Amino acid sequence: MNSYRLTHLQELESEAIYIIRETAAQFERPVLLFSGGKDSIVMTHLARKAFFPAKIPFPLMHIDTGHNFQETLFFRDKMVEELGANLVVRFVQDSIDKGRAKEEKGFNASRNGLQTITLLDAIEEFKFDACLGGARRDEEKARAKERFFSHRDEFGQWDPKNQRPELWQILNGKKNQGEHFRVFPLSNWTEMDVWQYISIEELDLPTIYYSHERDCFVRDGVILAYTDFMNLKPEEKIEKLVVRFRTIGDVTCTGAVLSTANSLEDIINEVATARTTERGTRADDKRSEAAMEDRKRQGYF
Amino acid sequence: MVKTQYKYNEMELLRFSTAGSVDDGKSTLIGRLLYDSKAIFEDQLESVKRTSEMRGQEHIDLAYFTDGLKAEREQGITIDVAYRYFSTPKRKFIIADTPGHIQYTRNMVTGASSANVALILVDARKGILEQTCRHAFIASLLQIPHLIVCINKMDLVNYDKDIYERTIEDFKKLSSRLDVKDIHFIPISALKGDGVVESGDNMPWYKGPTLLYLLETIHIGSDSNLIDCRFPVQYVIRPKGDEYHDYRGYAGQISGGVYKPGDKVMVLPSGFTSTIQSIETYDSQVKEAYPTMSCTITLEDEIDISRGDMIVRENNVPVVSQDLDLMICWFNETKLQLNGKYAIKHALKDARCIVKEIKYKVDVNTYHRNEEDKTIGMNDIARISIRTTVPLFYDSYRKNRFTGSLIIIDEHTNETVAAGMII
Ligand SMILES: Nc1nc2c(ncn2[C@@H]2O[C@H](COP(=O)(O)OP(=O)(O)O)[C@@H](O)[C@H]2O)c(=O)[nH]1
Repeated sequence: MNSYRLTHLQELESEAIYIIRETAAQFERPVLLFSGGKDSIVMTHLARKAFFPAKIPFPLMHIDTGHNFQETLFFRDKMVEELGANLVVRFVQDSIDKGRAKEEKGFNASRNGLQTITLLDAIEEFKFDACLGGARRDEEKARAKERFFSHRDEFGQWDPKNQRPELWQILNGKKNQGEHFRVFPLSNWTEMDVWQYISIEELDLPTIYYSHERDCFVRDGVILAYTDFMNLKPEEKIEKLVVRFRTIGDVTCTGAVLSTANSLEDIINEVATARTTERGTRADDKRSEAAMEDRKRQGYF
Repeated sequence: MVKTQYKYNEMELLRFSTAGSVDDGKSTLIGRLLYDSKAIFEDQLESVKRTSEMRGQEHIDLAYFTDGLKAEREQGITIDVAYRYFSTPKRKFIIADTPGHIQYTRNMVTGASSANVALILVDARKGILEQTCRHAFIASLLQIPHLIVCINKMDLVNYDKDIYERTIEDFKKLSSRLDVKDIHFIPISALKGDGVVESGDNMPWYKGPTLLYLLETIHIGSDSNLIDCRFPVQYVIRPKGDEYHDYRGYAGQISGGVYKPGDKVMVLPSGFTSTIQSIETYDSQVKEAYPTMSCTITLEDEIDISRGDMIVRENNVPVVSQDLDLMICWFNETKLQLNGKYAIKHALKDARCIVKEIKYKVDVNTYHRNEEDKTIGMNDIARISIRTTVPLFYDSYRKNRFTGSLIIIDEHTNETVAAGMII
């Protein structure tokens, strides 16, 4: 390769760092949304790079559904301590207790939708004006048109028809009182890019991304981890399976894949030949074809 | 920065935009590229199959892969820029998929602004249409380095060589009036697959590369400006701890040229000179920094530098001026105001400007310059003069896409109302 060319991963990294620095420069109170998943781990790593040797000049925030994989909480706390970063946690349970959010009922009850309420409340509480997230355009159709700087009105809503055009690398973060932005530095990354980057940068991940044995059950063709807060239907039974997770979200709706991949190289090979998108393993998107778009309009990240 | 021996360490990134009139087969072509390069997964395929069946279609419709939002699925049209991704062992591709309707020049300009390659579709049965002229004009205006013209639906004209060659001739007549550096032509059938990934047997008379092969090999190495050093300071890093007490790092992305430690540099607007002490990333010291690396530069002297300043070479400085001539594309329902005041963003600098003169409007279909009608509304392209509140450090857009471009913002709504290319 020509010596003055960047590789695709270097170019994606440079673009993401550029966007993170723009966020710190253009907004007064940015925050990095940290879920404990691989995308937010990559985001945190990029934020560290962007301001090195200074510390990350904004806090990290975790919206905790209470339905966590225990491993990801350990991992989160360890990472935050190493970085010397400032972590804010807000709980969906608190929103429910205060009557702000209403728990779903039934077998497919999930707290994923409720996160939006807790998030918007936290944005108001801290007066955050830019929320950095790790969402990628390749995850889902409705995201294909998302901008790097995505404008939200004073109700936190996204209007797909009224987004600002983004030209060259110039980002327009100007806004009126009460409005805020969601910022997506990983927009141009694919699942494969993320895994390759994790491998090149030798990043640590929570253990559940690697193959392990756990109690699972199958619902609507999706393998779910069994935990105390799940109601089984009569025909569903718990079985021990060797699985790993491709994404990490709310335990109640994050599907696992059967896999024996226990190194990054195995995972990259598996992703290269994978036959379903990683969102295909998330039960919440299956509810309707336009499910994601509906949730986004309401302010979901 | 890169340590391991994996193959993906050698892949390049190529960004291309697509344009075509409605029904030229753009969605089908993109669907095919994604499908044949295995960027489409089973669950997506299932969903598209379901949709195709629901609509009573016999075959799966590749075009559904690229349909984005619900409103559009209902209307059956694409109305915005959508980004798609696929990769081959050689390159990762980012497609900025933009619609071909007359009212959406804005989206095409947006998609084209970051593209290395513009892909234009022409229906072999219809030949060059008014829209084709518009697409070519925008590719030229935005200075996309490479143009690939696909003559599609060759299956519907019996894969006829003469029709293909006549279309090429017509296109060349058009492009000779434009500023396009590198043009390629390929006959294809997006639906049947000829010429896209595989050559197929239907056009033995065509000896050129397939579309995918061309996308994989087209030389993009010399597209960025490696001569004129331009480093707009994005963020000043001051750690404040004991360990880095006196540290001041100037973080940003290289917009042009090659920087090395030891280089003598000058800072704009102050004009102070210094020497580069180090160029750093998080985990390494960089020997040479070039576009579009994000890095942090430290200087040997303590100079007051802030965001929006520019680090350049003493003997090669950009234009420093408050008076600029621009080509603009207008993006807003509210018309451009002569003598109106707007906010602008240029090379990480915020400023304001006043519109001094509207010189002419360009008809994007005929390339005619209209000096009578100077009302500039949605999707219009015009040449204007502005005066800015502070001096900008800029190059012509032809010389550098980063330091030669700006956006114009409405100060009341904060919307981006125009893209500007400095002449
Ligand atoms: N016969 C034939 N039909 C095509 C070809 N490419 C596209 N089409 C058809 O042309 C119509 C419009 O295609 P579509 O991809 O939706 O066009 P778009 O509006 O440019 O995105 C569809 O019915 C396609 O099946 C081709 O190469 N040959």
